[in-house]
Amino acid sequence: MTDTSPAPGAAPSIDARDDAVARNQWWDVWDQFKTHKGAVMGACFFIFIVLAVYVGPWIWSIDPTYIDVRARNQGPTWAHPFGTDQLGRDMLARMMAGGQTSISVGLTAMGLALFLGTLVGVLAGYFKRIDGILMRLTDLFLALPLLPLLLVMVMLFRQPLSASFGPETGIFILIVIAIGITSWMPTARIVRGDVLALKEREFVLAARSIGTRPGKMILRHVLPNVMSPIMVSATLGIATAIITESALSFLGLGFPPDFPTWGRLLFDATDFMQQHPQRVMWPGLAISLTVLSVNYMGDGLRDALDPRIRGL
Amino acid sequence: MLTYTIRRLLTAIPTLIFISLIIFLLLDMAPGDPTAQLPLTIPPEVREQIRQSLGLGEPVHIRYLLWLKQMVWSEPVYYLSQSVDWISAPDEARLISWQTRAPVMDTILERLPQTLMVVGLAYVVGVLIALPIGIISAYKQYSVFDQAGTFVSMIGFSIPPFFSGVLMIILFTVMMPNDSFWWFPSIYDTTLVIDSWENFGKQVRQMVLPVMVLALQTTAQISRFMRASMLDNLNQDYVRTARAKGMTESVVVMKHVLRNSMIPVVTVIALGIPAIFGGAIITEQIFKVNGIGQLLIVSIQASDVPMVQTLTFIFAILIVFFNLIADILYGILDPRIRYD
Repeated sequence: MTDTSPAPGAAPSIDARDDAVARNQWWDVWDQFKTHKGAVMGACFFIFIVLAVYVGPWIWSIDPTYIDVRARNQGPTWAHPFGTDQLGRDMLARMMAGGQTSISVGLTAMGLALFLGTLVGVLAGYFKRIDGILMRLTDLFLALPLLPLLLVMVMLFRQPLSASFGPETGIFILIVIAIGITSWMPTARIVRGDVLALKEREFVLAARSIGTRPGKMILRHVLPNVMSPIMVSATLGIATAIITESALSFLGLGFPPDFPTWGRLLFDATDFMQQHPQRVMWPGLAISLTVLSVNYMGDGLRDALDPRIRGL
Repeated sequence: MLTYTIRRLLTAIPTLIFISLIIFLLLDMAPGDPTAQLPLTIPPEVREQIRQSLGLGEPVHIRYLLWLKQMVWSEPVYYLSQSVDWISAPDEARLISWQTRAPVMDTILERLPQTLMVVGLAYVVGVLIALPIGIISAYKQYSVFDQAGTFVSMIGFSIPPFFSGVLMIILFTVMMPNDSFWWFPSIYDTTLVIDSWENFGKQVRQMVLPVMVLALQTTAQISRFMRASMLDNLNQDYVRTARAKGMTESVVVMKHVLRNSMIPVVTVIALGIPAIFGGAIITEQIFKVNGIGQLLIVSIQASDVPMVQTLTFIFAILIVFFNLIADILYGILDPRIRYD
């Protein structure tokens, strides 16, 4: 969204323009990114969440699996700021442990989807011979009913993977792969379109005329120039992956109950919605705010990476 | 246009066949055994006979072709023979669910009205709210209304249905006093027969929460699209011409701009229909609507392979069909688009 009118402070002042030669273009991107208030707030919040779930357990050292039945179903107290669940486990510690899994799944699945999407997109855009078949494949994947297939995949491969990697790692691998191979298609389409346009540019022609091989050409000349759409789809990919993982856990087909994720915590809390509505709020708010912050970040990044807006 | 439609229809067929193959093969690997739930006293040879009777003895490709034939030929012919008397019912056995031993399609047809009622109404409500929001947001760009609309749609994007649904239940069922007008039931009662105004009121009340949850998602997406499309058109030359000719603002916006900006929005609306069926899986689970989404979850948990195969294939058909509709609509609505 281009709602925020470009602030004049973002444009480099006259004397800053003098040393523009030494200036990396990413500084321009950063300057533009800073003018998008929502994006900066989103980025700060996302960093805060990541720190809270990864560094938090060092400070808040209660074991998330420690059962204290006498302290069960408590509301917020100083000993348990988020209260305790039906077995007396500390909700704050469980939220941190759950956040680690949810965000790790989000980041890893996004990475996998991005890798697949970029690979397919670059290959399809660069090599005309396989363009047709790769794009047909992308269309096919887009026509698949994704949520039902994800559920089916989780049901099918849960047992064998749990047996060979242990229940936690097995499910983690399964969910990351399942989300990754069902969400690469939009990236592939965008990257292909950009690569097709890049191929017609003079610098690619120049590089080819001095005999650059296709592999080097892709790595040195094409990939750096399609970084911006890839980065934007990366942020949006984190959001989708976190939501998909939570949805699977919410339907009872994600991580096992003793291994909390935000979706699983939300699912467990819905049984006690009548008596303890606040327990639903923490995981729900965590998922929604993380996704909201990531979406705002993606918005700001899209504006910042668009040279037509950045120049203003 | 006609040749394009026919060509597009013909390419949809291999797509569907390929998808059905993927679905069939994926589910064929399912570890579940239909005889696993039977008592242990049944001797192995009888068990084997039961498996044979369920059609599990054949090799994979034969079973796939038989399943495909049943899906696209036997089942439609069966339903035709029920309604028209000059077609006789096919001789093959029907596709049987492993869980309930009832024909799969009968169960699905029993569940479909609930899904259609909730999902369909939610989509209509969502679109009807989204269109005016998008139009006003674009016309008064950067106004308070526009900013608020952007923020609300960002929230609609970010709050997943399994949280907004739970939130609605807490607000309108748990926290609200029972006798208040704003109290709504959180559990959808499918056995309710609408035979009086009172029951009709009950039906409306129990649909409010699921429809609100689903409509929030739709509104967020469509209103953004409508706004962007209106903005594209508002700066066009023909708008200035219309204003220069002295037309009233309402004619300019509602006739000239709106008609042109609806073209991409209509296709987006068509494309969103299958996605909302997928989203309904979660919403049905929250509000305990026994529609096809809930049926899918139950069948997956019970390893009921024929039911899951059929339902997933129906979802795939919906996606391919509405993609087709969107493409054709685009061609009909926009005379500048020529496919051939």
